[in-house]
Amino acid sequence: MLTFIVRRGLWTVLVMFAITVLVFVIFFKTPGIDPVRQIAGRNPSPLVLAEIRHQFGLDRPFPVQYALMMKKLFITRDLVSYSNQGTLVIPEIFAAAPATLSLVFGAAIIWVVVAIAMGVGAAVLRGTVLDPLLMILALIGISMPVFWLGQVANLITQSRFHDTFLFSWVPPLGYTSLTQNPVRWFEGLVIPWIVLSVLYIGLYARVLRANLIEVQNEDFIRTARAKGLTERRVLLRHTLRNSMITFVSLFGLDFGVLVGGGALLTEVVFGIHGVGFLTYQSLTNLDLPVIMATVVYGAFFIVLANTLVDITYAWLDPRVRLA
Amino acid sequence: MATMLGQAEAAPEPASEQLPEITGRSPWALAARRLWRNRIAMASLVLFLLIVVVCLAAPLYAHDIAHVNPFVNNLNGTTIVNGKKVPLMQQGGGVLHLGETPIGPTWDLRHYFLGADAQGRDVAARLLYGGRSSLGIGIGSAVICCFIATVVALIAGYFGRAVDAVLSRLMDLVWAFPVYLLAISISTVLLTSANGLQVGPLHIAASSLWLPTLIIALIYLPYVYRPVRGHVLAATEKEFVEAAVSQGASDLRVIFSDILPNVVSVVIVLLPLMIATTILTESALSYLSVGVQPPNASWGTIISDGQDLLYTRPWVAIAPGIMIVLVVLSLNVLGDGVRDALDPRARLRVEE
Repeated sequence: MLTFIVRRGLWTVLVMFAITVLVFVIFFKTPGIDPVRQIAGRNPSPLVLAEIRHQFGLDRPFPVQYALMMKKLFITRDLVSYSNQGTLVIPEIFAAAPATLSLVFGAAIIWVVVAIAMGVGAAVLRGTVLDPLLMILALIGISMPVFWLGQVANLITQSRFHDTFLFSWVPPLGYTSLTQNPVRWFEGLVIPWIVLSVLYIGLYARVLRANLIEVQNEDFIRTARAKGLTERRVLLRHTLRNSMITFVSLFGLDFGVLVGGGALLTEVVFGIHGVGFLTYQSLTNLDLPVIMATVVYGAFFIVLANTLVDITYAWLDPRVRLA
Repeated sequence: MATMLGQAEAAPEPASEQLPEITGRSPWALAARRLWRNRIAMASLVLFLLIVVVCLAAPLYAHDIAHVNPFVNNLNGTTIVNGKKVPLMQQGGGVLHLGETPIGPTWDLRHYFLGADAQGRDVAARLLYGGRSSLGIGIGSAVICCFIATVVALIAGYFGRAVDAVLSRLMDLVWAFPVYLLAISISTVLLTSANGLQVGPLHIAASSLWLPTLIIALIYLPYVYRPVRGHVLAATEKEFVEAAVSQGASDLRVIFSDILPNVVSVVIVLLPLMIATTILTESALSYLSVGVQPPNASWGTIISDGQDLLYTRPWVAIAPGIMIVLVVLSLNVLGDGVRDALDPRARLRVEE
């Protein structure tokens, strides 16, 4: 187990290094672009251009440029946004993190509960009309762009049906922090939670149903039945438990991606000022330092989450350690 | 594998008086038959093709039916509703009854069927033109992605050792990079650069549709590469490869005539699902303003345009979303059908 962790840890470090190099190359070394102008934002003065050229060491060799950039990102953390007159980028990202975490945690709870209910329901009800019905619903969930679904939800809850008793409780778009007003925090996040979870409910319900049906044919299920266990116990303790392995590892990966910036479409459509929204704002302002920082930090988080998932997986299933 | 199954199904029926002539059918013909019998999959194929054809007819609709140019502002234009001439931009409207609101859906195919957008452009015509970009980018990037990934997987899987190690680690790296963040990084850099992408003699302008196509193809490479490489590895171990090598066949010959036919079904199963994914990705990037650039439109950019009009003229944003859902849903259903047709065992494993 220890060798596995060390091996996996080394690969993680290597991937993180490679990601920083890749991001650096994309932003500074793409053929035909001038990084100074890109960092400077719109209509820069020659003074600013000269300062940037010096600050990022763009008149010096490649490794020095890379090292300076990494120092700004991780050690001194004094990367400055030029479009937004001198805002420090890294503290801004950390300030935005709670909103993203609130959004993703709540959505994760919903999608896990509903997906298990739908997957188990469809597998148990096989042969009835409900199974294909549930799976068609899941397929529709997978096929909807999340930002569009968010707009439709906004149209219903903020405009067309806002004055009815159904949605009069929905506050205007935006994010209220948990410490500031817990009730408002919850009310404001209910609709975004549901919208964000729809895609994952569809994905997970389909995967779980397929796994359940596959496991149902295994010999140990027959043994469990032969022992005289109740159907309910066979389903919950034997079939479902074994089917959850894929489910859990998928969950770890998706959760990491969403926290690392993957929730940006949902954040944008609901005006939740999280990490993804920060990326979006910097996209519209063409604020490259911010984009670079959110991408690197987001990617780091995702790589770290993947590592944790793999280690947990190896801990749960000894066969993986040897692969 | 497919061949064996094919033989099993084509086995002669129990001897009867008049033996019918037994015709050999290729595994491909059998798969096509299975797909043909899958009514839901065929219905989604028809729906998908229908949408493609309608979108291809966009210029026809814009010029000959609606008589509009959906790429220029038309703020002072007029149209006809119930035989009366009305301005496209109407005074008042909105919550405060201030400013101008574009005309809503007339449900008349000749006169602004879905209304106008904030610049007085015909939404229905833009929807069809947008479909051309969205479908073109989706299909184009999926095909390019599958092609490159298959070539790389063939090389890596067949030559193995160092070649495989290097190529697979490279793919692992792209895989580890979150797709949207990678796409956003590359797109912003290329879109902000003054003269687009310049690699040697190849030049792609920043507003070209090729830019999002290539970026999306690149970010999904590992998703195709991984399963295909697995199958290449398995095929390379087989005796018929050994036989071909011992007969003195060149590497290229072995790859193309012995290994490729055994992995091409994997790629075909992946293709519709990849198109569904790339269309969703294109719409997301365009919505974030780093995909298709004006003056071109795509379903994603129209949804983004419609965001400001959402409460007053919701159809601007809703219509392209419905198109995306229909296309992606039909491709997903078709993809499931193709998988069942080409690999009936996958279904048997699950459904038995």
